[in-house]
Amino acid sequence: MRRLAFALLCCLSLAAHAALDPAAVKQLAAEESEDKIAAIHKLALTAEPEALALLQQLADDTLKDDKGEDITINNRVRRELEGALAVLKLIDPDAAVRYKAVKEIATNVDAGMGPMLAKARDRESDPKIRALLVEIHALATLKDADPKIRLAAAAALAGSADPNTKAVLKAQSEPANEAEVDVRREAFRSYLAVKDRLTLAETIGRIFSGLSLGSILLLAALGLAITYGVMGVINMAHGELLMIGAYATYVIQGLFRTHFPAQLDWYLLAAVPVAFFAAATVGVLLERTVIRWLYGRALETLLATWGLSLMLIQAARVIFGAQNVEVANPSWMSGGLEILPSIVLPLNRIVIVGFALFVLALVWVLMNRTRLGMFVRAVTQNRAMAGCVGVPTGRIDTVAFALGAGIAGLGGVALSQIANVGPDMGQGYIVDSFMVVVLGGVGQLAGAVWAALGLGIVTKFIESWAGAVIAKIVVLVFIIMFIQKRPQGLFALKGRFVES
Amino acid sequence: MLRRNFIKATAVSIALAAAGLVSQPAVAADTIKVGILHSLSGTMAISETALKETALMTIAEINAKGGVMGKQLEAVVVDPASNWPLFAEKARQLLTQDKVAVVFGCWTSVSRKSVNPVFKELNGLLFYPVQYEGEELEKNVFYTGAAPNQQAIPAVEYLMSKDGGSAKRWVLLGTDYVYPRTTNKILRAFLKSKGVAEADIMEEYTPFGHSDYQTIIAKIKKFAGEGKKTAVVSTINGDSNVPFYKELGNAGLKATDVPVVAFSVGEEELRGVDTKPLVGHLAAWNYFESIKNPENAKFIKMYQDWAKKQKLPNAESVVTNDPMEATYIGIHMWAQAVEKAKSTDVNKVIAAVGGQKFKAPSGFTIEMDPKNHHLHKPVFIGEVKADGQFNVVWKTKGPVKAQPWSPFIAGNDKKKDEPEGK
Repeated sequence: MRRLAFALLCCLSLAAHAALDPAAVKQLAAEESEDKIAAIHKLALTAEPEALALLQQLADDTLKDDKGEDITINNRVRRELEGALAVLKLIDPDAAVRYKAVKEIATNVDAGMGPMLAKARDRESDPKIRALLVEIHALATLKDADPKIRLAAAAALAGSADPNTKAVLKAQSEPANEAEVDVRREAFRSYLAVKDRLTLAETIGRIFSGLSLGSILLLAALGLAITYGVMGVINMAHGELLMIGAYATYVIQGLFRTHFPAQLDWYLLAAVPVAFFAAATVGVLLERTVIRWLYGRALETLLATWGLSLMLIQAARVIFGAQNVEVANPSWMSGGLEILPSIVLPLNRIVIVGFALFVLALVWVLMNRTRLGMFVRAVTQNRAMAGCVGVPTGRIDTVAFALGAGIAGLGGVALSQIANVGPDMGQGYIVDSFMVVVLGGVGQLAGAVWAALGLGIVTKFIESWAGAVIAKIVVLVFIIMFIQKRPQGLFALKGRFVES
Repeated sequence: MLRRNFIKATAVSIALAAAGLVSQPAVAADTIKVGILHSLSGTMAISETALKETALMTIAEINAKGGVMGKQLEAVVVDPASNWPLFAEKARQLLTQDKVAVVFGCWTSVSRKSVNPVFKELNGLLFYPVQYEGEELEKNVFYTGAAPNQQAIPAVEYLMSKDGGSAKRWVLLGTDYVYPRTTNKILRAFLKSKGVAEADIMEEYTPFGHSDYQTIIAKIKKFAGEGKKTAVVSTINGDSNVPFYKELGNAGLKATDVPVVAFSVGEEELRGVDTKPLVGHLAAWNYFESIKNPENAKFIKMYQDWAKKQKLPNAESVVTNDPMEATYIGIHMWAQAVEKAKSTDVNKVIAAVGGQKFKAPSGFTIEMDPKNHHLHKPVFIGEVKADGQFNVVWKTKGPVKAQPWSPFIAGNDKKKDEPEGK
């Protein structure tokens, strides 16, 4: 890397025009990693566009040797190759390419790159890339022979948010590695700044992952909050309604793949209404055929719906096979949003948090701003009185159940993007969903929201210090104790008819 | 299950053999029943379904060549549904009701541990095709997957080498059950023997079917950011691997920074994942589909044809992997042993399996150790490519003898290298 950087410094200004050395090209296909790396360096030194293209091919696994066989590389070669490519791309006219190149170099900085980075920094016009270059230039010169340069580098690194920088600064602030007191002090000051920033980033990351888990729990539980919370039906088949939503997404994905491959990225939008109606239809069927005959008989409902859940699982197994099916994230949901170098928020999770908010708003409007919602609330509060004033209670039950089922279907769409889609995927969410609804308070949508977010964040914080297995146990114990103390949950319905 | 010689003479019509799983008394007299015990549903179905198909394919291949001792093999397939106690129940059913001569099955060690007593009690015969943690040697079981010294230890040694990235810090990440816990115990002892400090090892477990890997990835990132080169050793099993690798890709943790080497992830598990962000992450196995040799070409072709013929889901994109190869080797070795013993009697077959040789798709002639019920296997380390296949970056010169009793666990030096009661 060092040799390369020095030589490139000379080459960049010269714009040499020599054909690529055939021996070096041939050496790319060598057996030993050492030889390959040597060849890469030799080619990169020419700084020719042809060399760049050739190395890019090697990085993309598309380069063939003279026998037509693929030339393969291992991680070590890939690291060197990416480093070399990044240095070559520092002069790219496209700012996005330069930014990526600088990020790549940042993972592998060494002292010899100082002058080259300084030059790139002075040439850089984009402020974001420039800031990054200042930082990695400081990293490269932190071990410089001149204490003044070291001091400046240590000070410049205070703005970094990279975990590696933190370790480097820590080392620099120790007497064993740094003779000058001033530099040590400056390094330590920067170390503290970086550490604070990283701690903040870690907390943000943790809160986000809690939020993300909470939004998933909310999507899984919101449908149940209506069917169990509002209508009082203990629906053990709720998890399977989620599964139906997820499989609906899978089917839509398949349809888009075969019929509209150009619009494949947008299949998820089409899947949302389809999943809603698929799950709602199944919900209507369940309600009309089984559940309505069992209103008021909790135990029978529980057993009957459990049986229904087994039937639905088996049906999915027969139709789609026992194995999980693949539901791919659309490209606009792949990858992550980098907030700081140490935290990347995955896009699929961000979208799901937004989707949960959307579904929540939808449910709130339906329940509080429509005639249907008013009827549902009326039937919940006092069935007999609602019937007396002309509310068709039987039909309202069906519609409310369908609504709950449809919302579970929407939850299934979200789950298909982060979890596995298989016949028994719903089983894993049924306990969580009931936990959320019971903790939040039966009959309260707001309760479900707070319970889901609370559980999500608490689980993630426990997970980060005790591991996933313990976190699950602790949360379950906590809920049991909470319900002992407060059986009505976080929020309780108030009113004269609630008890009956 | 002993059959008299005169039965041999009876020709078995292909039509009756094709009737498959339905056992008809008239046919049963002329066939040898073999049990297939793999989860076809639940969290392990992602891995085990392909093994059932491989077993059926191998049985069909043997039948097409005239069967074993002139008799056709008849497969009895059961689904233990990733439910460990159900494995024991189904194993008992295979041995007592269906009276199978041999069982090919299990993936997770917990399922094997749950069927072991059944095979011991009823003196059955099990061929177990998956890499595992060792620490076990049953008279009634043949292990055709790798022991730790044929997979885990070489993989960690590779990551310590210059080509592997000279890793100094280690994250041991697994699903919470016996295989990952024991393997990590062995690896911890091994790493310590190589001078790795306690503070440089992080161990993490998740439940079966876990699907939220945000916290774990954040922890790995933090651990890796503490100055030394870090590598992750993953013993995550089953469909949790899909969310794990998705999260890994989305979080931008690249193989050139923090390589992840997996022991239970092969071509089959990666089918449901976009592997472009995962290029360079590793797996250690005794076979990869990308290995080039005539045996492997034949094996891959046979499986592809089988998938098309059976109309398996996504038949056009089926892949082969290590446990499938181990299943294939196991069934052939059992058939060879039955021919040698001229009987399907369990004790006679057990005596005949040791020393069997088979030209395997890995390109080597694999031998069953005469004593310790394990195969001598070559070790390969592969890096994930953008197309979901593996690029072999390191391999042993030849097959390695298995050490079921790892020398890195105290007290193992006194244990015998062959099963008790043999």
